[in-house]
Amino acid sequence: MTGFLSALPGAASQGLIWGVMAIGVYITYKILDIADLTVDGSFCTGGAVFVMLFSSGVNVWLAMLAALLAGMLAGLVTGLLHTVCGIPAILAGILTQLGLYSVNMAIMDMKASVALSITQQETLGRLLVSLRFVKGALDGSYPIWRHPIIVVGLFTAVLIAILYWYFGTELGASLRATGSNPNMARAQGIDTDRAKVLGLILSNGLVSLSGALLCQYNGANDINVGRGAIVIGLAAVIIGEVLFSKVFINFALKLLAVSIGAIIYYIVITAVLQLGGLNANYLKLLSALVVAIFLTIPYWKGKYFSKPVKPTKKEENTHA
Amino acid sequence: MLDVQNIRKTFNPGTVNEKTALDGVSLTLNDGDFVTVIGGNGAGKSTLLNAVAGVWPVDSGSISIGGTNVTKLPEHKRAKFIGRVFQDPMMGTAATMQIEENMALAARRGRARTLRPGITRDERDHYREMLKILDLGLEDRLTSKVGLLSGGQRQALTLLMAALRKPDLLLLDEHTAALDPKTAAKVLEATERIVQKDHLTTLMITHNMRDAIVHGNRLIMMYEGKIALDISGEDKKRLTVEDLLARFGQATGSDEADDKLLLS
Ligand SMILES: Nc1ncnc2c1ncn2[C@@H]1O[C@H](COP(=O)(O)OP(=O)(O)OP(=O)(O)O)[C@@H](O)[C@H]1O
Ligand SMILES: [Mg+2]
Repeated sequence: MTGFLSALPGAASQGLIWGVMAIGVYITYKILDIADLTVDGSFCTGGAVFVMLFSSGVNVWLAMLAALLAGMLAGLVTGLLHTVCGIPAILAGILTQLGLYSVNMAIMDMKASVALSITQQETLGRLLVSLRFVKGALDGSYPIWRHPIIVVGLFTAVLIAILYWYFGTELGASLRATGSNPNMARAQGIDTDRAKVLGLILSNGLVSLSGALLCQYNGANDINVGRGAIVIGLAAVIIGEVLFSKVFINFALKLLAVSIGAIIYYIVITAVLQLGGLNANYLKLLSALVVAIFLTIPYWKGKYFSKPVKPTKKEENTHA
Repeated sequence: MLDVQNIRKTFNPGTVNEKTALDGVSLTLNDGDFVTVIGGNGAGKSTLLNAVAGVWPVDSGSISIGGTNVTKLPEHKRAKFIGRVFQDPMMGTAATMQIEENMALAARRGRARTLRPGITRDERDHYREMLKILDLGLEDRLTSKVGLLSGGQRQALTLLMAALRKPDLLLLDEHTAALDPKTAAKVLEATERIVQKDHLTTLMITHNMRDAIVHGNRLIMMYEGKIALDISGEDKKRLTVEDLLARFGQATGSDEADDKLLLS
């Protein structure tokens, strides 16, 4: 039990980092109504770009910006495969993801894993987040505000604010309309293909950024780090929705729910591993089961227990 | 305002399902014309409207709206000229978005979408006033999700949205067919009011012969991908359902005289 408690801050930190990715998944899965599998590849791309640039002395923010751009490029590729080449979105994502494996390897100089030299205090100090700050911020070797929960929490808050603004603009509204009803969107003069590409770019940029954060946190980037990322993202989106959809009506709060969903996911996983003594290799099976169950519940509810729909009471000031 | 020249459209060419839905249709609408379109199932009415709206490209022929040749323009670019209401009430609005957001999207039809606010305070007041005209109580529900509205309310809203930015051409595809008779009458009445107010050039498909006769200044009847009858002016004003059936029989050499058409 004490093992679990002491693991909590770390689990919450990781959950927050994955939450950034989950917000990216929310954009495609919930807003655009596309299941985008690019993320399993673009997550690693972010880490790969970051680890190489940072190691060669580039400023941490510039390296993260580069990671963001690389992820956006991956999203652009999927978007073009889908809209220009007419490949179904799922398949387009799988193709990009597959191709990205080679690209990610190439970025990392054909090494399956590259570490940041965090044994050097100076290097460690330049990072935004690190596993070492989790303890360090509490035992006084680092200032408290460097705790990953605070840093990534702030990062997420700023991100949500920007997305809230963006999806309230004309351009953002056209993305939401495209996901909600493409026929209507086109009839209102919205280029739905362009909107989908934009959404995929935005989403994969965030996913990649999250990869760059996790790379810092772990102090290394591994070629397999993004494997199953889409499932974690979906889990966070669904957990957030199941738990908060009644109370969080506002769009910004919905994004917050996704982030909290990711934290809960990580805490649950940590609990199962620590308390249940489960072999970590069963993690993927567990994740798949959790997502399958959470996807099943709303479907069965609608199918077997359908109640007359009550109009929701509070509808003010929401985006999506 | 609308100039359709000899357009053809064949679906699934070269397969067993090959179907020539438009077989050389030409149609010219003057500014302010309100044309009703009738014809049996599969006559090509929806296909004609979809061809004009640019849902897919036509095989041959040309289409221009207000002097602009739009034959090669994709659907979203033609939207600049066209307001549309569909048969399916779900089609014309975004269910997961609010009433005011839907209207704001329509208010920006044909304009570049930028990083300006998706909706402004002034717009809200304007939309509230517009919704009052519909008399469906929607003016108090600006922030309701459209998915919560009834089919008739959604259809009335779609109509309002189609005319929010004055379109060069209004396309209505059996937009009252899915509604109960009372609601249908209400939406049709709103249609008449909106079309009159802005002198909108309109193509309205209907399955109801009486509606087709009562509304508009011109009536066309389609049959097997062609325009079989085109009645306007004084001729149209004096038209009766019996007349119409007789003339349809003459024009097509068929006396199937469409029971369905007669009944609806
Ligand atoms: N997208 C499509 N793909 C294949 N065939 C189509 C398509 N759209 C229409 N058709 C066919 O073209 C013909 C004309 O259809 P259309 O929808 O224009 O008829 P309509 O006059 O609107 O009839 P209704 O009164 O039933 O709506 C029909 O045979 C239809 O099956
Ligand atoms: Mg039709």
